[in-house]
Amino acid sequence: MKAGDGQTTYGLQIQPRMGFFTDTSICIGCKACEVACKEWNLVPEDGLEWTGHSYDNTGALDANTWRHVAFVEQQVDDGLRWLMSSDVCKHCTHAGCLDVCPTGAITRTEFGTVVIQDDVCNGCGYCVTACPFGVISKREIGGDGGMHKCTLCYDRLEDGLEPACAKACPTKSIQFGPVDELLARAEGRVEELHEAGVGDARLYLADETDGVGGGGAFFLLLDRPEVYGLPPDPVDPTRHLGEAWGAALAAGAALVAGALVAFLGGRR
Amino acid sequence: MGSNMAENHPVGFQWVMEAKLAGAKIMHVDPRFTRTSAMATTYVPIRAGTDIAFLGGVVNYILEHERWLDEYVKHYTNAPVIIDERFRDTEDLDGFFSGFDPEKRIYDTSSWHYAGMPVQETAGERSKGGTKGEQSGHGAQSGHLSSGEPPEEDETLRHPRCVFQLVKKHFRRYTPEVVAQICGCTEEQFLEVAEALCANSGRERTSAIVYSVGWTQHTVGVQYIRTAAIIQLLLGNIGRPGGGIVALRGHASIQGSTDLATLYNILPGYLPMPHGEKDTDLAAYLENHAGTTGWWGHFDAYVISQLKAFWGEAATKENDFRFDYLPRIDSDHSAYQTAVDMLDGKMKGYFLFGENPAVGSANSRLHRLALAQLDWLVVRDFQEIESASFWKDAPEIETGELKTEKIGTEVFLLPAATHVEKDGCFTNTQRLLQWHSKALEPPEDCRSDLGFVYHLGRKIREKLAGSTDPRDRPVLDLTWAYATSGPYEEPSADQVLREINGVGADGIALGTYADLKNEGSTACGCWLYCGCYADEQNRPARKKPGREQTWVAPEWGWAWPLNRRILYNRASADPDGKPWSERKRFVWWDEAEQKWVGEDVPDFDEQKAPTYVPPEDAEAEHAIAGDHPFILQADGRGWLFAAAGLMDGPLPTHYEPHESPFDNPLYAQRANPTRQLFEHRENRYNEDGAYPYVVTTYRLTEHHTAGGMSRTLPYLAELQPEFFCEVSPELAAERDLEHGGWATIVTARTAIEARVLVTERMTPLEVQGRTVHQVGLPYHWGTKGLTTGDAANDVFSLALDPNVHIQEVKAATCDIRPGRRPRGRALRELVESYPGRLES
Repeated sequence: MKAGDGQTTYGLQIQPRMGFFTDTSICIGCKACEVACKEWNLVPEDGLEWTGHSYDNTGALDANTWRHVAFVEQQVDDGLRWLMSSDVCKHCTHAGCLDVCPTGAITRTEFGTVVIQDDVCNGCGYCVTACPFGVISKREIGGDGGMHKCTLCYDRLEDGLEPACAKACPTKSIQFGPVDELLARAEGRVEELHEAGVGDARLYLADETDGVGGGGAFFLLLDRPEVYGLPPDPVDPTRHLGEAWGAALAAGAALVAGALVAFLGGRR
Repeated sequence: MGSNMAENHPVGFQWVMEAKLAGAKIMHVDPRFTRTSAMATTYVPIRAGTDIAFLGGVVNYILEHERWLDEYVKHYTNAPVIIDERFRDTEDLDGFFSGFDPEKRIYDTSSWHYAGMPVQETAGERSKGGTKGEQSGHGAQSGHLSSGEPPEEDETLRHPRCVFQLVKKHFRRYTPEVVAQICGCTEEQFLEVAEALCANSGRERTSAIVYSVGWTQHTVGVQYIRTAAIIQLLLGNIGRPGGGIVALRGHASIQGSTDLATLYNILPGYLPMPHGEKDTDLAAYLENHAGTTGWWGHFDAYVISQLKAFWGEAATKENDFRFDYLPRIDSDHSAYQTAVDMLDGKMKGYFLFGENPAVGSANSRLHRLALAQLDWLVVRDFQEIESASFWKDAPEIETGELKTEKIGTEVFLLPAATHVEKDGCFTNTQRLLQWHSKALEPPEDCRSDLGFVYHLGRKIREKLAGSTDPRDRPVLDLTWAYATSGPYEEPSADQVLREINGVGADGIALGTYADLKNEGSTACGCWLYCGCYADEQNRPARKKPGREQTWVAPEWGWAWPLNRRILYNRASADPDGKPWSERKRFVWWDEAEQKWVGEDVPDFDEQKAPTYVPPEDAEAEHAIAGDHPFILQADGRGWLFAAAGLMDGPLPTHYEPHESPFDNPLYAQRANPTRQLFEHRENRYNEDGAYPYVVTTYRLTEHHTAGGMSRTLPYLAELQPEFFCEVSPELAAERDLEHGGWATIVTARTAIEARVLVTERMTPLEVQGRTVHQVGLPYHWGTKGLTTGDAANDVFSLALDPNVHIQEVKAATCDIRPGRRPRGRALRELVESYPGRLES
């Protein structure tokens, strides 16, 4: 990881970047990750609403849902297919939420993960629009008013434990570890699937050149990302900030120059 | 088949996924496309209730294409045995076996026996007393064999009355065409499964079959599993690594509760409960039930040691070891008969430990009405479940059928401790005992079941102290001295385990059931568990990590019997004692050492050579030949043909469910002729015609059985927050059912409402030339908890398997209509407008 690697902040305390590899090809849709996450992190129950969207009654990631299992029923060439996939905060290399946070509540930890500090967050909501995945929202339950999302179980990591969701996953669909090791494993798994004839298997957010610089949480998908409700080409909204400011400066300079020209020209 | 393992056993399913990653083929045959189907290599949809036709087709495929493992079949099964000449097959009698009594609807099973064998009292014989299935038991009841060998055999398997030929004849019409016609799958789908099973069986490979309650909960449930047993015996897949028939249980310790006798008709270790008329004293009981050959030949030692464990010093040779203290059964006292008796006012009191019949039992409405007839009811659970609150919130209060002020039942709701709040033991489906230690004290008034039962017994004994009434002696003479500790005087579970294990005359824990004596010097609560406390060590508590021991992991927990991890594992070697292949070596005969050795504890007499031939007068295990691995059977063989022990036939036969929209294309007899029905006004059966759809129940990963442990928890309730039914787009169109809307499901019992989930995972099937639709109902909901809904089990009837009295809730018929059900009296009016009949 290059950007925001925490070297300057953490010095000798820096840890290898830790993250998730979620292999959706072996997800059985048990939702143990959702429950374990809520149990460990004291995330509140947020509604007893039946959606009728296959077996997904969770809907989406938000302040009260830090793991979300998507269920996709689809007809493919050889019959019916039921895709299941556990989504989570991507802990982006270029994290828009972190960049826009005006209070410094969102920080990058020594593990390279992105965490909202509950006691610093003032609930302004800039991070909500800055996240290309719609991961963050405001918790209204219990008058909380703060922004919440997956912490990659920062408290567990500090104690040398794996995050609750990965611990609870019965099939190792959610794997936790150093990101570089996970990446190597993920690439091997895609090759395996390709050899087994699953041509559509692909990695998502495993490329550091993508719009968010790759994710600390990345995925093996069996279809296009949009089939799972994931943006196909996510971009960190602050990515073009430099260019935007440059363009604005150039435009300003041009304006000034034009005015000068007009002024000076007018004197002639 | 009959299992939705990914959803209901997700933790165990990790090993299936691991096998899949290693290249294993996973095939799922099921009425619904579930999360298990989604993970399978191949999914085959079939009509609910037709698995015997499918499996029978596999048997026929194996026999037609000569795919059986010949040496295994000849030596390890009863294929060569010649059956009584009076035996007639369903092929001869159009759906009946010989011996059927149409009046009583039971079989006289004597014509199913081995030819030339003296007929013993059997399950069928006993049933003439008017009871069904209460004593269908272990293989010892096959009768007395001389030297463990059947009197007549044909090693060439060609004799027309040998088992092999009978099996062949019985299944010859179960062709791929007939399978497709009955089950609704295609011939190609069937053939793919049959061929895969054959191709992955033999010397080099083995296949396992996994089932759950999708197989058991039928009027022919036992015979489903029997069909799988025939397949696995023919293919040589029993007693070998990677083989077997894997029964997945509905709870953590269902296996353990059966081993230790929660059923009314067995004592711990599958010893039959004495019968009032026949088992008048110990000698008669032993005469009636002991085997002479195989390990049941030591029946007397098991029984007498158990009586010594129950009554200690009070049990002596002179007083028959207090055999007279044991309760007697006179008829069917299974759960459903008991509920009907309760409804008819024949029961005063009832204990419910972790059971919620008001939601979880078939025809749950009948159970709620029955509970309202009791004088008193004790419910021990984590929450106030529907079976404790029926008097105030049963649906029948809303309809006016019950009135709170008129219900006389006094309900005692006692909060129970969870498994983390007590020491104890789970026995899983692999017969593996795993100990768990208390992590914290139970809160407030919550107590363990062990503590409750112990203190209840203690208080009753205190009240009876000094009584001279002989009927109080069995309670007063019980061994009831358990050490207690902690704030709640919790009895020691460890001490109970040691009592189950048993002790010798010296008071030291026994190491093996082979050491049990029949003269009263040993005491043992359950002979099968003997050895779990060997060397005074709580062996189920062993937790040595897998990486620190062999792949069989013998030092993780303890498996009965004697820590054997694969039962009948002598079959993992060929008749000469050599591994069938290097790849599948497990237990084998070491010629140099003259004993059985291998990865596992051999499930065979360690010193018995493969060439051993029992002498004429041999008894017990000495009567089993060196090439017969099934040491609990009187003849040491796996039974393709069950000559005794079953109520409904020696061979599995396709019968339609009790309620089915189809005739049986194979026989004039449509359903299992011996199925158990209840003639009762609250148990009307569906009339043909008015109920065109097949209905089946199941569980979801997100909830647990009748919901008491999940509907009440916010993190689980929010994941599946409402009762829904699953229907195909075609059925939705046919009945104007709107996705996300409501549907009413009607049977002759009642009508319930559910949200509609239209999904292509439900497939209409072509059966006997017409389309059949199936309706799926998860059964987790009731009137209590964070999410409430109608109970799916309300719509099912009491129609039971005759062997084990299990309810048929995996296949019945129903009607389905758009919209919500009527309220109040109008609900009963709707139901009564549908045709129903009483039947016994």
